[in-house]
Amino acid sequence: MIVELGHYALILAFVIATLQAIVPMVGAQRGDRVLMALAGPAATSQFFLVAISFGALTYAFVTSDFSLRLVVNNSHTLKPMLYKVAGVWGNHEGSLLLWVLALSFYGALAHWFGSQLPARLKARVLSVQGAIGAAFLALMLWTSNPFLRLASPPMNGHDLNPLLQDPGLAFHPPFLYLGYVGLSMAFAFAVAALIEGRVDAAWGRWVRPWTLAAWLFLTIGITMGSLWAYYELGWGGFWFWDPVENASFMPWLIATALLHSAIVVEKRESLKAWTILLAILAFGFSLVGTFIVRSGVITSVHAFASDPTRGMFVLAILAVFVGGALTLFALRAGALEAKGVFSMVSRETGLVVNNLLLTVSCFVVFIGTIWPLVAEILWNRALSVGAPFFNAAFMPFAIGLAIVLPIGAVLPWKRAELGRAMKPFAGALALTGAAALLAYAVTGGVSTLGPLGVALAVWLVAGVGVDLLQKCGRGSVGARLGRLTRLPRADWGRAMAHAGFGVAIFGIVSLTTWAVEDIRVVQVGESFDLGPYQVQLVGMSEQKGPNYTAEVAEMRVTKGEAEVAVLHPAKRTYPIAGMATTEAAIRPGIFGDIYLVVGDPQEGGGYAVRSYLKPFALWLWLGGLMMALGGMLSLSDRRYRIAAGAQRTSTVAVAAE
Amino acid sequence: MKPLAAILAFALLATPALAVRPNEMLADPALESRARALSQSLRCLVCRNENIDDSDADLAHDLRVLLRDRLTAGDTDDQALAYIVARYGEFVLLNPTTQGTNLILWGAGPAALLAGAWLALSVTRRRARSAEMAELSAEDQARVKALLDDLPS
Repeated sequence: MIVELGHYALILAFVIATLQAIVPMVGAQRGDRVLMALAGPAATSQFFLVAISFGALTYAFVTSDFSLRLVVNNSHTLKPMLYKVAGVWGNHEGSLLLWVLALSFYGALAHWFGSQLPARLKARVLSVQGAIGAAFLALMLWTSNPFLRLASPPMNGHDLNPLLQDPGLAFHPPFLYLGYVGLSMAFAFAVAALIEGRVDAAWGRWVRPWTLAAWLFLTIGITMGSLWAYYELGWGGFWFWDPVENASFMPWLIATALLHSAIVVEKRESLKAWTILLAILAFGFSLVGTFIVRSGVITSVHAFASDPTRGMFVLAILAVFVGGALTLFALRAGALEAKGVFSMVSRETGLVVNNLLLTVSCFVVFIGTIWPLVAEILWNRALSVGAPFFNAAFMPFAIGLAIVLPIGAVLPWKRAELGRAMKPFAGALALTGAAALLAYAVTGGVSTLGPLGVALAVWLVAGVGVDLLQKCGRGSVGARLGRLTRLPRADWGRAMAHAGFGVAIFGIVSLTTWAVEDIRVVQVGESFDLGPYQVQLVGMSEQKGPNYTAEVAEMRVTKGEAEVAVLHPAKRTYPIAGMATTEAAIRPGIFGDIYLVVGDPQEGGGYAVRSYLKPFALWLWLGGLMMALGGMLSLSDRRYRIAAGAQRTSTVAVAAE
Repeated sequence: MKPLAAILAFALLATPALAVRPNEMLADPALESRARALSQSLRCLVCRNENIDDSDADLAHDLRVLLRDRLTAGDTDDQALAYIVARYGEFVLLNPTTQGTNLILWGAGPAALLAGAWLALSVTRRRARSAEMAELSAEDQARVKALLDDLPS
């Protein structure tokens, strides 16, 4: 019964979303306030209906209702409760429902917090949101219905893929989806602005918090996914340039560019058309990602069971929304007149360089991702594009960004002098050079990439220091500190995010260039050296989990006489899913992780053992979290919180038109 | 990354245990490290999208052994790769070649950067120029200069 209610709520949500797409838009065109006012309640009720539907599906998973096909395929009575709940979105249909839930949540938020928006703009924004919602609800109802029943329910289910039975599943997809879908808000604002033919500073101020929110969720989602891969897959890889990873990375790159260009719109009323284009592209790449994950046209390690019908449907959604928005852009972009002008050297130019590097790097990732498909269709040439290409093609852009960033961040608006702006950086430059030399000397010059990465990281963090120091102005230490504490949160957010970029670079470079690896057969009782440590395989034992059995090793790590850690890497066998997983044991640390994996028993006794030292691995995720925290600080800035009051006036102005 | 409940397709792999097995490693550390580097650029053909260094499929194991055999026999890196490509096709290379139409792939990034930079430069320059003209007349500028010069510095 509850399942039927959920199914019914989903169908009703589709009807409401369709109304939300059409009626307010007609109202906005005709200037009919009654029709426009329908948008808000429609958005709210669409959200609650999808939430009911999601609740019903969760209920079916939690109670192991095996009359539902989806539950049979992805659950089991013995599965731990956490994964019964998280398993709701551990599959195509359920994850799509989560997608739509996030989408309708943003729509409802736009209504709840959007009382200060001009009525016409709000109606159009919510109408675009409604259209996106209707499209995805249709995709669910017609090709991927999670509520399909089975005529003869089995006694138990097939269990969830063991690799997904991890706390990562509970957090990673929801954050990622909040990010992907959050970009639909920027898209909706862009389309609404194009229809109105007007983009001003106020528009920039409305669109930026939504972009910031989406960006920070995407950042958290990607960081967590990377961490999950690091500990789950058993060799400490954290990024594979897999198409599905790229699918999350491309919107992130564009959203990062959008975040920065929206500042220019807000503060200087320049780069308007460009910002609109980025807002369209950011969500466009979100949809491209959805297509890649769900269509199966591009081979990926991830990806759901693919189905051509779903692929075609998503492609149609992509074509209608992005194609439509771009056509609108081509027709209307000319009307968006730039007000603020800037000279060749200015903060604006710095942000243009940022945007150029980010968008072109996204383009490179995009080309690399679709190239196998292109080559196959056009020249019947079966080829692969993998990590070596992406590393070579992407890295120059990341390096360029890191070099330009600290200077661009302190340039004055409108007009600047490079020589004067560079002056305070003398100390930072010296520090950077010293760090590079130190890294080169300490590591014996095995790679040039390592010292370069360290130099960039130090340069970025020192650049943030210079920026903050300049903000303190002059005077006594007390006066300077006083000014520092009174800095707007947006400034702190910027400092935090930019420093986080440096910290992440440091983590990535250390992890990839200075990791120590050891693969060998180890007898029980035997010890071996791993860098400065000695590792001993003390013993093996059998353990039983709720839905698996495990072979657990006890390994003692010592340094000289002192015990560093006792770690328990394991191999798990999931009999129901018919799969085995390795569970690496990690001793994390500020200076590096000790990472142990135990494998199969060998002929002639002993076990295959892989051990790693991963220097400064933690810093990679710390950097990601710092970026996200920077986003949060920026989002809590006063100008967004008090914006409500300030914009009353403009609402009146528009209403009086 | 792992967007989504992602890793589903790993179901194809029997046991995600250890990729490189201890018994297949070469005694000579220089040769072994060359083998490791090369195998990171070779695709495991039966896997979804993994290199043979990370994959523990049997085919990946066979390829790793084959690669090591070639290196032990005295092949250079390029010869060993050519040997494997001759048998398994271009699809096995994770690092696409720079031949033929692949030049478009490799050239796309630099070309887009140049085009974008040129576009940004020309737009900025045009705007800046029209702004300068719109700003002050020569007469006004001279007045401003005179006023500034009078300021006690």
